[in-house]
Amino acid sequence: MAQASPRSTVEAAVKPISRRPASSAPWPLNLYASAVGKKWVMAITGVIGMGFITMHMLGNLKIYLGAEELNHYAEGLRTFGAPFVPREGILWMLRSILVVALVLHVHAAFSLWSANRRARPVAYASQRDYIAANWASRTMKWTGPIILLFILMHLMDLTFGTWNKDFISGNVYHNVVALFTQLPKVIVYLIANIALGIHLWHGAWSLFQSMGVNNPYLNALRRVFATAFALAIVAGNVSFPIAVYLGIVS
Amino acid sequence: MNFTLKVWRQSGPDVKGSFETYQATGISEDMSFLEVLDVVNEDLIEQGIEPVAFDHDCREGICGSCGMMINGQAHGPGTRTATCQLHMRTFKDGDSITVEPWRAAAFTLVKDLTVNRSALDRIVESGGFISVSTGAAPEANLIPVPKVVADAAMDAAECIGCGACVAACPNGAAQLFTAAKMQHLNLLPQGQSERYQRAERMVETMEEFFGSCTNHGECQFACPKGISIDVIAYMNRDYMSAKVKNRKLSGQS
Ligand code: SF4
Ligand code: FES
Repeated sequence: MAQASPRSTVEAAVKPISRRPASSAPWPLNLYASAVGKKWVMAITGVIGMGFITMHMLGNLKIYLGAEELNHYAEGLRTFGAPFVPREGILWMLRSILVVALVLHVHAAFSLWSANRRARPVAYASQRDYIAANWASRTMKWTGPIILLFILMHLMDLTFGTWNKDFISGNVYHNVVALFTQLPKVIVYLIANIALGIHLWHGAWSLFQSMGVNNPYLNALRRVFATAFALAIVAGNVSFPIAVYLGIVS
Repeated sequence: MNFTLKVWRQSGPDVKGSFETYQATGISEDMSFLEVLDVVNEDLIEQGIEPVAFDHDCREGICGSCGMMINGQAHGPGTRTATCQLHMRTFKDGDSITVEPWRAAAFTLVKDLTVNRSALDRIVESGGFISVSTGAAPEANLIPVPKVVADAAMDAAECIGCGACVAACPNGAAQLFTAAKMQHLNLLPQGQSERYQRAERMVETMEEFFGSCTNHGECQFACPKGISIDVIAYMNRDYMSAKVKNRKLSGQS
């Protein structure tokens, strides 16, 4: 349905800020063209990211069981599905899902952010007195980019090893220990994980709202879930650099 | 009570505006905020200054026209109150109060505190109705509606279209308004036949003019009718269903 053209000077004074999604576009594109559709995409890709982050954190807990356990687990990821799929086959499949999810999440976030800036061209002069919007929801635009940069750094440190002086491919335990004996790295990882926690705290609640999972009897639980999830992830992740730096893991 | 009012003055959409400071003296604590503006305006008229233009009509919280930003809060500090229901006893004697118009790309300024809210009407006319053949009112009990459904629909139907949700939203999104106007029909049996067309059209009209929801939740506290962001979740669900269902149906013709 095309928008009716303005019928009066009153209506004509109000100009649209965005175009309507083309109804001729195929279903997923047509959906993604709308802002509500983009929020759906952000919620779904967010859930994928949360799934990954949970497995990543749980898997890394193996570091407390010693070098052999952790390296064995890492090798297990590469040989997952053998002998039916080639070595690293499943791993790369999962990685590509993550990359697609990340790209969509970032693109949707960026285009919503820029549309929302257009929606309020003149700011309020008085200090806004926010009641519900909290620092987590209003800093998503900062915690997001911080996490994105952190992901890149993390890959350079521990996947490609380019930024890790003492990198031995395949020896995960050694690489982690080598990395976190450096205080600057420890600090950067701690900051990044706190940003991640804040991002997750809003995101893990917000996704229910975006996907219309709403039930007055269960709504209070959504906050509880988000808080517990963010705390668990941050606690687990933060423990690794600290444990290495303090020599608990060496 | 005495107040210092900093009021946004702008004589038209295309001229530059600025804040002017006015004194409101001898105010009773039982006056509403609009009555204070009346007092200020009478002073201004006596001094030969153009009075402050602001929208108002019912002055009892049902028409939704009295929107303004008071000290950075939509409709001021009261909860579940429109500006006309905001009593001066909520402020302290001697307070300085800043008054601004709603700010959003879709709410173009008309004059002073008055903005053009016609974009909200465009959303409603794109789907906020039920097509029926008019005639004598049908027997009320012909279509049974469960009590909880009727209550939920009534809660959404309370929206007075004031635009405070847009004004308060950090993104300038009209999700609460649109969802309220959509869900009071989508929840009821009478609204079912047009439910998914309504969801698709209203959302897409809304997105043409307004920002988008990032779940801050600020709107539900600004809303003078206390509409909950639950309706936004229902709208998101209906919009997704609409995308699937409307495609299927159009494939059948
Ligand atoms: S939802 Fe509430 S704040 Fe928004 S227009 Fe309706 S009454 Fe006003
Ligand atoms: S004047 Fe009608 S709601 Fe305030």
